[in-house]
Amino acid sequence: MSRWPALAWVMFLASIPLWVRNQYYLHVLINTGIFAIAAMSLNLLLGYTGQLSLGHVAFFGVGAYTSALISLGFDLQLAPSYILVFEPRPVWVGFLSGIAVAGMFGWVIGKLSFRVRGAYFVIVTVSFAEVVKLVALNWVDLTEGPMALNNIPPVTLALPGLGELTFWKKEPNYYLVLVVCLLSYAVIRRLVRSRAGRAFVALRENEPLAESVGVDVTRFLVLAAVISAAIAGAAGGLYAHYIKIVDPDIFLFIYTVVMVIMVVTGGKGTLLGPVVGAVIFGILPEVLREVARPEVQWIIYGFIMVLIVFFLPDGIVPAAASWWKARTATAGPSGDAREGA
Amino acid sequence: MNAPAAVLAVEGVEVRFGGLVALSDLSFAVREGEVASLIGPNGAGKTTAFNVITGFLRPAKGRVRYRENFLTGLPPNQVAEQGVVRTFQKTSVFGGIPVFENVLIGLHRRGRARPWEILLALPLVRREEKRLREEAMGILSFVGLAHRREELGAALPYGEQRLLEVAVAMAAGPSLLLLDEPVSGMNPSETAGFMKIVEKIRGRGITILLVEHDMRMVMGVSDRVVVLNQGRIIAEGSPAEIQRDPEVIRAYLGQGAKRAAC
Repeated sequence: MSRWPALAWVMFLASIPLWVRNQYYLHVLINTGIFAIAAMSLNLLLGYTGQLSLGHVAFFGVGAYTSALISLGFDLQLAPSYILVFEPRPVWVGFLSGIAVAGMFGWVIGKLSFRVRGAYFVIVTVSFAEVVKLVALNWVDLTEGPMALNNIPPVTLALPGLGELTFWKKEPNYYLVLVVCLLSYAVIRRLVRSRAGRAFVALRENEPLAESVGVDVTRFLVLAAVISAAIAGAAGGLYAHYIKIVDPDIFLFIYTVVMVIMVVTGGKGTLLGPVVGAVIFGILPEVLREVARPEVQWIIYGFIMVLIVFFLPDGIVPAAASWWKARTATAGPSGDAREGA
Repeated sequence: MNAPAAVLAVEGVEVRFGGLVALSDLSFAVREGEVASLIGPNGAGKTTAFNVITGFLRPAKGRVRYRENFLTGLPPNQVAEQGVVRTFQKTSVFGGIPVFENVLIGLHRRGRARPWEILLALPLVRREEKRLREEAMGILSFVGLAHRREELGAALPYGEQRLLEVAVAMAAGPSLLLLDEPVSGMNPSETAGFMKIVEKIRGRGITILLVEHDMRMVMGVSDRVVVLNQGRIIAEGSPAEIQRDPEVIRAYLGQGAKRAAC
């Protein structure tokens, strides 16, 4: 996207809380934004390196749990006579730790899948997510298990001159999610348009050829996994401090599936695809809720998904791009003339 | 050994696939700056030899030396780091992305930008990107594909895909280029064009090892020909010597000449 339309879009997104007063709508938009970040992070692996991480929600959950635990504090009985007491830390410390810990898990997964591709990569990631979920469920001392972590503090920001600002309301949370969204987008954009991003795509397109010209494919897969996991962890941290409760259900497989659907329908391997997918599948269920009963809703939801995958197999963004290209190509001369005048 | 020194030395390489001996005690050398060809009937072990040299296969016995270093045991990407780059027998390009991007991936080794430098968008990253893009254009012009830069790799006609393979390999900056049947499936005029490109590559001081069935190509561009049959070397010499060698004629050329005639 060129500079001016991009800026216009950002201005539009930033203006939403000024004219959308309905708190419920803002809530839907915040959720959509969190999912958009998660979908973008998944796209880095699925769309660019071509490796499907079907346990992606694990990174999201690890980010959420880490951030929540560090801002709540915890005690751990490490030995019969020794209890580790971890004092609560400021939320931003928790948030950054969540990103770092999720990134470390990404590194481990990248390393584990050293020579593992395709279906085997899927199995490794699915198993990883299940293991993390079981840990969250059973390590009650740390995670409270099914009782969940409650009363997670919201994000607070120390503003010079204004004192402390605590993000209780929807509006500041909306802006926070928007900023993290834009940052994630910028990070991914820089990365995929560089030498590193080309190495990701080389792995997706033709691994032996990539190796034969000197691309250390595994190293770049690990890099993609780390950054992808870290961004998913950031989304998880935002979720934890916005919803203020985290339980093991955060690791439900369905969330990964939703992310995959967002990436695939929006257009995998494109920068905007996961965002478009997240907007559609984040807002659509809420729109349908008002006009249809839940059962009917799911049918419509599924039907739209099938239609998109069937008619636009590459996803919405690539289809729109080629449609736009064809349109400007046929209407080229007249369009140019109008612009000139 | 006369004149230029051997840069690539394959020494006593043996490869087995289960009970099948694909290569037995294979030894040959390639000299600095020459075009050497490895020929032999189908199944003789030519591609296997390529796979061993470039790290895609680990031999059961023997070793491969390139200049001062042993390549045996290195993964393919590190073999490329040594300046040894190959193409594949079966056409192999990055099909889903534009031709220009194909060559940019080939230039991977020529870039140095680290991930954190990329994330901070340091000026050196931008400068490097500009330099790589210029180099990519230069390489595309070199093989004559500059006009195709926007098209997807998979959308090119077959002959041009083979040129693109060479462009990608050349982008990796080889000092030894291994070409695996580069003109198979090309028509005679495409082959003639390709032979000119091989001459140009050699003119840049790049040593070439060629595997090819097209005898006009082999005899036209090679300084030296090594003949492989059933995993063993049966003859070695200049194209003229090879064409006269009775064992070669029996194993290979007799049939090849007949095929070429009809």
